[in-house]
Amino acid sequence: MTTIDPMFVATPLEKRNHTIQQLVRTLLLAVALLLVVPALLILGVLVVEGAPGLSWSFLVDPPRSNGAAGGIGLPLLGTLWLTAGALLLALPLGVAAAIYLSEYARDNWLTRTINVAIVNLAGVPSIVHALFGVGAFVHFLHFGKSILAASCTLAVMTLPVVIVATRESLQAVPKAFREACWSMGATRWQTIWRVVLPNSGSGILTGLILCVCRAVGETAPIMFTGAVFLRSMAPQSVFDKTMALSLHLFNVSTQLTDVPHHLPFSVALVLIIVVLALNGTAIAFRMRLRGRKKW
Amino acid sequence: MTSDPNKDSAGPPPKPASPQPASPGPLPLRHAGHHEWATALDHRDRTWWFDCIARLAVLGGGLSAILFIGAIFVFIASQGIDFALHHLNWLDFLFGKRWEPTVEPPEYGALPLIMGTCWITGVAMIIAVPLAFGAAIYIGEFARGRQREWLKILIELLAAIPSVVWGVIGLQVMKPIIQHVFGVQVGLNVLNAGIILGLMAAPIITTIAEDALKAVPETYREAAEALGASRWQVIWKVVLPHARPGLSAAVLLGIGRAFGETIAVLMASGHRLMIPESVFDSAATITATIAAELGEAAHGSEHYQVLFVLGLLLFGITFGINLTADWIVRGRRSRA
Repeated sequence: MTTIDPMFVATPLEKRNHTIQQLVRTLLLAVALLLVVPALLILGVLVVEGAPGLSWSFLVDPPRSNGAAGGIGLPLLGTLWLTAGALLLALPLGVAAAIYLSEYARDNWLTRTINVAIVNLAGVPSIVHALFGVGAFVHFLHFGKSILAASCTLAVMTLPVVIVATRESLQAVPKAFREACWSMGATRWQTIWRVVLPNSGSGILTGLILCVCRAVGETAPIMFTGAVFLRSMAPQSVFDKTMALSLHLFNVSTQLTDVPHHLPFSVALVLIIVVLALNGTAIAFRMRLRGRKKW
Repeated sequence: MTSDPNKDSAGPPPKPASPQPASPGPLPLRHAGHHEWATALDHRDRTWWFDCIARLAVLGGGLSAILFIGAIFVFIASQGIDFALHHLNWLDFLFGKRWEPTVEPPEYGALPLIMGTCWITGVAMIIAVPLAFGAAIYIGEFARGRQREWLKILIELLAAIPSVVWGVIGLQVMKPIIQHVFGVQVGLNVLNAGIILGLMAAPIITTIAEDALKAVPETYREAAEALGASRWQVIWKVVLPHARPGLSAAVLLGIGRAFGETIAVLMASGHRLMIPESVFDSAATITATIAAELGEAAHGSEHYQVLFVLGLLLFGITFGINLTADWIVRGRRSRA
């Protein structure tokens, strides 16, 4: 016969606290799931409604009858142009800014101003970026409505994404690595180029992927700066207008009547597959990095 | 080289990449002071110049963020300021109930847009804040290991869904559901746009709120648990009060996001230029109005300029929200 020391028996108060805690825990889990489940449901709806319309010819054929039929070849190509342009402009600037903030900047007013500017740049509504693009690139710099103007607008918009992602990966490289390199007599730039950047691993790649991801999905900034609803030929240079996947989706779901029911879902499915695949890659890189490096 | 304003105090002085044993430099300096030593070792060779150029280049990258935010303000202001100061009746603009820029004479009463924005953002926040805080507390304080990783990844992916896809969801999925469940004629309304925006803003609020919870020192939790508090008591009495500034910043940034969202709202709100009276009325927001009308407004016309005035209003409000959120977080950090 074992008797339990009364000291270790839960008092009614403790029991009540425990019950409350379990209740709250279950409730919060339910709330978290409530946030995640709609996302999965949406994905499910898109796959169920959109997958029957997907085929190789859907991906490469140009749109027909104003976009209500045919494929998404031209919009896909246009998105490629716009995204490549945005990347070419945003990546060098963003990485340079990240290197400055992580390697050179001291805690002074300039650094604080740059950080505030980045926060604000990330928070500016996309339609305000569109207005800026129209005012600055289309009219002031006389780019006209073109891929160049749209890419510039997208680049300004994705710049904070690149900076933040790259800065984080640079800051993850231990200080001791830099100190070891400096004490060998290397200059600051040699240290950055030979030690910090290689060891920041896929950090820049993550920044690149997130930038692409954002540029692919945006609609508002490009619809007035370079993307058009319908264009029958592929862009030849950066001064051409182009179709774009996101704007095409907006077009088929709001502007056109008598569109086959599945078409918006199919276009949305392609768009979301591209975006989620890119994001998934970025997450996988980050996880692998975290698993491999043990400093 | 001696007085470079950007040099980190902990950093090394720029030095030649390779030692030069053949150079006769240091030997006669055996009894010299530090200054002479430094001068003798100071090789301004190619590597040194390259270092200088690289430093200037990355500084340029850093300054570009300031340049762009300034340029955005200057360009939007320059397009709208003349009209805003000389032709626009601000009282009519802020309190006028009719937005009819294309009829003659045009009416620029932005109250329907402002009210529409407030209604939709309000509904979005009512939906997003409880969901996001619940999820943040669960992920930050209860979930462990694999479950926690998966929840975080799913929420990150939720944040990555493009706004035009959310618009399609509102148009094709939410619309029939709302019509069916509430028995209303119009499926594209404040409620629809609010739900969509709520789901869009929730991941951001979750991420920032979780960071705020993580910033509460572990020792606080340990101290409370040592006094016999249950985990929920620790969260409710210790963690949440301590994280309050960070949580308010999260809500503010969520509002900023919902407020500035364009395409999804344009598609899901029904875009009716009237002041909504219930959540089942269609409404129009400031952002959606710019997106809907910028294409048809001729460059330089009154209509074009008034849209830039709306843009300036948006820019000002989001700038204020972001600065306030930043200030709240920073103020907290400096006290800690």
